[in-house]
Amino acid sequence: MRIELVRRPQHSALFSALSPFIALLLTLIAGAILFSILGKNPFAALYSYFIEPLTEIWSIHELLIKAAPLILIAVGLSVCFLSNNWNIGAEGQFIAGGIAGSILPIVFPDFQGWYVLPIMLLLGMAGGAAYATIPALLKVRFNTNEILTSLMLVYVAQLFLDWLVRGPWRNPQGYNFPETIQFNASAILPEIWTESGRAHWGFILALIAALAVWFTLSRTLSGFEIKVFGRSARAGRFAGFSAGRLTFFAFLISGALAGLAGIAEVSGAVGQLRTSISPGYGFTAIIVAFLGRLNPLGIVAAGLVLALTYLGGEAAQISLGISEKSARIFQGIMLFFILASDTLIYYRIRIVSRLGDTAAKGA
Amino acid sequence: MTMFEAILLTIATAATPLLIAALGELVVERSGVLNLGVEGMMIMGAVSGFAAAQMTGSAWLGLLAAVLAGAAFSLLFGFLTLTLATNQVATGLALTLLGLGASAMIGESFVGLPGIRMQSLYIQGLTDIPYVGKFLFGQDPIFYLSIFLTAAVAWFLFKTRAGLTLRSVGDNHTSAHALGVPVIRIRYLAVLFGGACAGLAGAQLSLVYVPQWVENMSSGRGWIALALVVFASWRPWRILAGAYLFGAVTIGQLHAQALGIGVPSQLMSALPYLATIIVLVLISRNKRLTLMNTPTSLGKAFVPDR
Amino acid sequence: MTTTTIKDGSENPLLEADKLTKIFGTLKACDAIDLTIGKGEIHALLGENGAGKSTLVKMLFGALQPTSGGISWKGEPVTVSSPAVGRSLGIGMVFQHFSLFDALTAAENIALSLDEKAPLDSIAERAREIGQTYGLPVDPDALVGDLSVGERQRIEIIRCLLQNPDLIILDEPTSVLTPQEADLLFLTLERLRSEGKSILYISHRLEEVRRLCDRATVLRHGKVVSHCDPRGETASSLARMMVGSDIHVIERPSVEKLANKPTPLLQINGLSQKPRGPFSVALHNINLVVNSGEVLGIAGVAGNGQGELFDAISGEVRQEQAGKVTIRSTDASLLGISARRKLGAAFVPEERLGHGAVPDMALTQNLLLSRHSTDKKVFVSGGLLKLVAQSSLATAAKRIISRMDVRKSADNPDASALSGGNLQKFLIGRELDRAPSVLVVNQPTWGVDAGAAALIRQALVNLARSGSAVVVISQDLDELFEISDMMAAMVHGRLSQSVPIEAMNMERAGLMMGGADASSGPIHVGAA
Repeated sequence: MRIELVRRPQHSALFSALSPFIALLLTLIAGAILFSILGKNPFAALYSYFIEPLTEIWSIHELLIKAAPLILIAVGLSVCFLSNNWNIGAEGQFIAGGIAGSILPIVFPDFQGWYVLPIMLLLGMAGGAAYATIPALLKVRFNTNEILTSLMLVYVAQLFLDWLVRGPWRNPQGYNFPETIQFNASAILPEIWTESGRAHWGFILALIAALAVWFTLSRTLSGFEIKVFGRSARAGRFAGFSAGRLTFFAFLISGALAGLAGIAEVSGAVGQLRTSISPGYGFTAIIVAFLGRLNPLGIVAAGLVLALTYLGGEAAQISLGISEKSARIFQGIMLFFILASDTLIYYRIRIVSRLGDTAAKGA
Repeated sequence: MTMFEAILLTIATAATPLLIAALGELVVERSGVLNLGVEGMMIMGAVSGFAAAQMTGSAWLGLLAAVLAGAAFSLLFGFLTLTLATNQVATGLALTLLGLGASAMIGESFVGLPGIRMQSLYIQGLTDIPYVGKFLFGQDPIFYLSIFLTAAVAWFLFKTRAGLTLRSVGDNHTSAHALGVPVIRIRYLAVLFGGACAGLAGAQLSLVYVPQWVENMSSGRGWIALALVVFASWRPWRILAGAYLFGAVTIGQLHAQALGIGVPSQLMSALPYLATIIVLVLISRNKRLTLMNTPTSLGKAFVPDR
Repeated sequence: MTTTTIKDGSENPLLEADKLTKIFGTLKACDAIDLTIGKGEIHALLGENGAGKSTLVKMLFGALQPTSGGISWKGEPVTVSSPAVGRSLGIGMVFQHFSLFDALTAAENIALSLDEKAPLDSIAERAREIGQTYGLPVDPDALVGDLSVGERQRIEIIRCLLQNPDLIILDEPTSVLTPQEADLLFLTLERLRSEGKSILYISHRLEEVRRLCDRATVLRHGKVVSHCDPRGETASSLARMMVGSDIHVIERPSVEKLANKPTPLLQINGLSQKPRGPFSVALHNINLVVNSGEVLGIAGVAGNGQGELFDAISGEVRQEQAGKVTIRSTDASLLGISARRKLGAAFVPEERLGHGAVPDMALTQNLLLSRHSTDKKVFVSGGLLKLVAQSSLATAAKRIISRMDVRKSADNPDASALSGGNLQKFLIGRELDRAPSVLVVNQPTWGVDAGAAALIRQALVNLARSGSAVVVISQDLDELFEISDMMAAMVHGRLSQSVPIEAMNMERAGLMMGGADASSGPIHVGAA
């Protein structure tokens, strides 16, 4: 038996819409099998993963807290990936944004007022964008592979944050813990509904960003330019668009959004800088971007799904004793299924038996 | 053992995993496939090698398990990119993310356990030759394997008919297919070899370098190996040179940290990553030369007409 | 056997195909094709693009498996399950788009298609010998990417001959050669025939088929239309069999009848450019002038810098100095492609999918691709927001589709869903719709069926006669003779002087394409 692909003359609108759902379904099945192998009741495990976190209000707030950075980063990444710029260093840009945005409350703690927060957010965006400019510049100017440079910069950013928090920015009254001082009240991103839970304005920022980018991509000439370049750089040059300018644009947008996610996380969810401020949001956001089919509105939904796996991992550890690290397996498997399902958009799949007779599947 | 000998030995230990993983990826890329999952396959090799060695008590069985795990894991990538023609960049990333996650979960129960170290050779007389004796005759088996692999890959690619066929697939898969070369099968074999090498490199980390299991212990070496392939312009002996250069940077910064020369340790630790970026910039600056060396089909999916 | 007309040579058939059928999805690419090739004959296979020639040939040498039907070889039924099986039977193939590897040497390329495992040195030696015997000189150590198209074809043929085949299949071999090179190839083929080898010769050049071939099989829409003796036919009777109707003759009113005085609309002065990629060609001191009302045809064998010249004129690659490219009296040398379009120029590149159009984007989006800057007022609204006006795009696309008779299966299909001819009609229509003053087209009818080709050629002539300047870069000399007013040729990145079409003939065109001094004759620079 062999699998053969037959190219469709026209990409399938049906499977474009269905593929994320096929991927989710396959992920659930794979998860059930995985839990069975681990000797757990698969239904109980899936329940605590995907349902339990949604049964309580405070838990939904936690969901929004986790979804906010994922959506913000993934929306930016969609601009990059659609234009064939493989920025995989969002984790580093997230950290850069977190650091840049924290300059005010840490270095100038006495500088307080309503204007502090907007400046912090802008600084965070500027920090992330500036950090993303490095791989963009190297790609445009020196033709250097942006995948490798943007990823290397993640390690550099992590080490820089580690140095800051253990060194110059360490809280002098902190009993030598590697932490900065707590942010003052005017530097904290407020909660949305304080009565019911901790969710902060980061989620609202994520929704605004998703809407703005969705509008740009689907309605404007810039969006057209991005999509043309992603599919055929040669046709993009024929259209008179500039590849270099677009690369900068894509990296700046995604860097700024990752930076915004970073400062929103630090200011809204943590309230200080620590040696580690992200459980891999920058990488998980890659999965979010693909699950959302690189469409910002789809990404909002995908961000919630992936946020759920973080909470579900914790819930499953508490209620069933499954390692919370299983969440990362879930996320990884999901990306595989998404990519595999996307094949159906461009190809028909035929199963060919050894004898040569064919059975068609996936019309 | 003199300081010089010690440094030489540690450089070799730091260079070996990079060398092996990059050699594997070199063969994969020469066949026209870009597998960005080296980091993921490497860490799967590391955790499988450590686990198998723990359970059997034999470092050699650990090594075998690591090679098999790396190869099996690469098959996942192969199925998606070769059979289902998915985007190679995205699929490689998926492999790395899955590998990092899965290894963290598998390795959870091994954290903190003392590891089993693969024994180094000791040949009476030869190993005692001053300066180079230990480097040439007193190392672990994986070191010798890595040198052998470099020669073997170079010989295979440029001196054998099979190597010629593999390069032809990487250069132009449509032409190769028209000549009746089984493009997909050759790429599967190359991907498997790449996975086995990455697994072996991972085993070197958890059985020789730091005989222990630590989450994320590959810490970007898979990515550096990818950069090495570009740095080496897809040539095996240049990979050897590049790997030892990076080994030297890594060890140099460790010694500098130990001497306490007043530079923050984090900056020193960042050196290998910064060096990777600088080297990549230097090597890719000449666009025409880079295009000349890059396998033409690299990263492009192949779907034959039927 | 069910072969309809059995003529000379078939008492001793080498290969017989019996009702060969190949179905792709719903498309019957080959429908019950019968074919008999005798020993020691040159057999022509004729048909339009898409008639099923290459599918048939692929089944014969094993690259495709028939859906039904069978093949007999030397009287025995055989299954050619792969090209390797085909080679071991004695069937060799020389591809039209060569199946060569740019990054490998000539000897390595040859070694790859030999199933024996001989060392490279001995293969190189034998390649040299064969090359000498058949008048096909090659350097076995040269990197194929650095070779000319003619040299590449020699490697393909030597590679094929080294397998000592009984049947050699040649796919459009002369489409990449100058007429003089083609004559040399015919000598080689006749020599092979005299040695008792059979040749299946695919071509759409009917004159050479009549001159060279013993028998012919004509395909149309996947079916055999006729088995005939080409020497008993005329070129037009063969063409009628291929197309199924009379060929549209291009109407070309004389330039003198134009109302306005010709003015130069496109001028290039001393344009030189370094090679930009590993296997790309440098341009050397290119000069040309194209006047309003006229079509300049640029002939040349592929790979002599035509693509580079196109990119340089279009502005995808800008010039480094001013004064090199002038469009409608404005120096455009330092301008990009959008600015050049705004000066009134339009461009249609050789590669349709992936250069002139984005394959998986709808036609309306592909319309926007080359028109977003020139027709900003129509297609872009909303001021600084730059919103795409989808409804205006749809209207314009409809206009182009009806004007150019673009056939499509869906309302607004992806570019990749159109056949080559229909997509090319759309892409040319996209530019004509703007009524450009200058149009530069590279290979306008490459891989396009005869009906669409005629429509496209007529549209290009009509545009010129309406007062525009048209540059057509083409490998197809017949096409250039049909539509050009002036003709030049490119070789090794140099452009010959332009010669009025009245002073041209095939032989002279061949000499110009081969780089011989074109100035030995009545030369007429620019327009009088």
